[in-house]
Amino acid sequence: MSKAADSVRHVLVPKHVKLSDSEKEALLKRYSIAVEALPKIMKDDAAVVDLSAKLGDVIKIVRHSPTAGEAVFYRVVSNA
Amino acid sequence: MADALKEYEALLPSGLVSRMVEELGDKASDSKVKSVFKRLVDEYERMKVHAGESVGIVAAESIGEPGTQMTLNTFHFAGVAEMNITMGLPRIIEVLDGRKTLATPMMDIYLKRPYSQGQDIKKIALSVKETRLKDVAAEISLNLADARIDVAVDDARLSELGMTKQGLVSVLKKEAKGLSVELRKELLCFKAKNKEENVNEVFKLKEKLKEVVIKGIKGVYQVLPVKRGSEFVIITAGTNLKKVLSLPFVDDTRTVSNDIFEIEAVLGIEAARQAVINEVFKVIENQGLNVDIRHLMLVADTMSAAGRIQGITRYGVVKNKASVLAKASFETPIKYFIEASLYGEVDKLTSVVENVMLNQPVPVGTGMLKLVAKHDEGK
Repeated sequence: MSKAADSVRHVLVPKHVKLSDSEKEALLKRYSIAVEALPKIMKDDAAVVDLSAKLGDVIKIVRHSPTAGEAVFYRVVSNA
Repeated sequence: MADALKEYEALLPSGLVSRMVEELGDKASDSKVKSVFKRLVDEYERMKVHAGESVGIVAAESIGEPGTQMTLNTFHFAGVAEMNITMGLPRIIEVLDGRKTLATPMMDIYLKRPYSQGQDIKKIALSVKETRLKDVAAEISLNLADARIDVAVDDARLSELGMTKQGLVSVLKKEAKGLSVELRKELLCFKAKNKEENVNEVFKLKEKLKEVVIKGIKGVYQVLPVKRGSEFVIITAGTNLKKVLSLPFVDDTRTVSNDIFEIEAVLGIEAARQAVINEVFKVIENQGLNVDIRHLMLVADTMSAAGRIQGITRYGVVKNKASVLAKASFETPIKYFIEASLYGEVDKLTSVVENVMLNQPVPVGTGMLKLVAKHDEGK
């Protein structure tokens, strides 16, 4: 039982998915922002360590929301 | 029905769609579904927060006003004197300030079957609780002639913990570094390995020895099994989430700590964001107050935006503000002015506070817009 596997199964942790480069471009274009404007997630965050994400990758997070059912959120992988 | 829904699904949040589908039932005709959903989309768009709405201030007021009605007390658990929980306003302040050390750190440990049904619940609770050597020692004496420490063990307590003397010796061999352990008749005998034979050293060693953890999880100093709904849960005072989640009998998908930073370290920033919402909401609900959860979500999003949990303080989220004047208006203005002049910072006056200070229209609501005239020079 590794630490990462535990964290991914926990009720508090929503689904994390890494976006492909084209999906990332589409996202940034849709909101017309630079990557830096996205909220951040640490590179060594327990929920992304096994997604093998690099700096600058965008992580799509599908949260369970009491108001919207499912809410999609994006974070950029960062290290500071 | 599924076809009729398709074009609307992208326009609405999934929770809304599924609720409406339930409401309509299976028998609704396609045209009815279409007209209902068209209306729903219109209503949804109308109910959205407008661009330029100052949601942060609305959230602050919505959380702040009920805060004035909250108790300032900590809640004591019936029957257990040592266990109390910070509740009410102090707890909210603790969470939103992003305090690293909590007044009452605690965990809710959920168990796997069959333990969640109450099997061996007391034994399991005790096995989590941190037990030190002094807790099982009947007597600790110094044998000065041999520079030895003799510990008489309370057998009843030891068996309560499900340990044997032999087991205790092997644990101590691992935990008590620099000491040799021996079982002589009924006594545990300790001797320093590096031949420090003066009385002072032996005495110091004894004090250290008392605090050696022999069983349980470090940091968990009180346990309380309680029945919650149809299952047993262990509530602890003191937290160590990482260690507890790795225990075989613990349900590692639901067990939580009330320490936001611990959750961030073990489960990540998204879990910590959810924990902020849960913790604040728990207090508000407990006090019988009613705050829209969207306000808490906004606060939690702000606190977690940097990838780490930051409190709503001058060391936390306020530090991220771009404007010198905005930072200075919160707390310790001189510090920020000195810093800004040292580094030659520029204030672009793009946000609210700094424009209020300079008596200019603030970029909120209708103030967000600027008029740009297009010169048509030809005619």
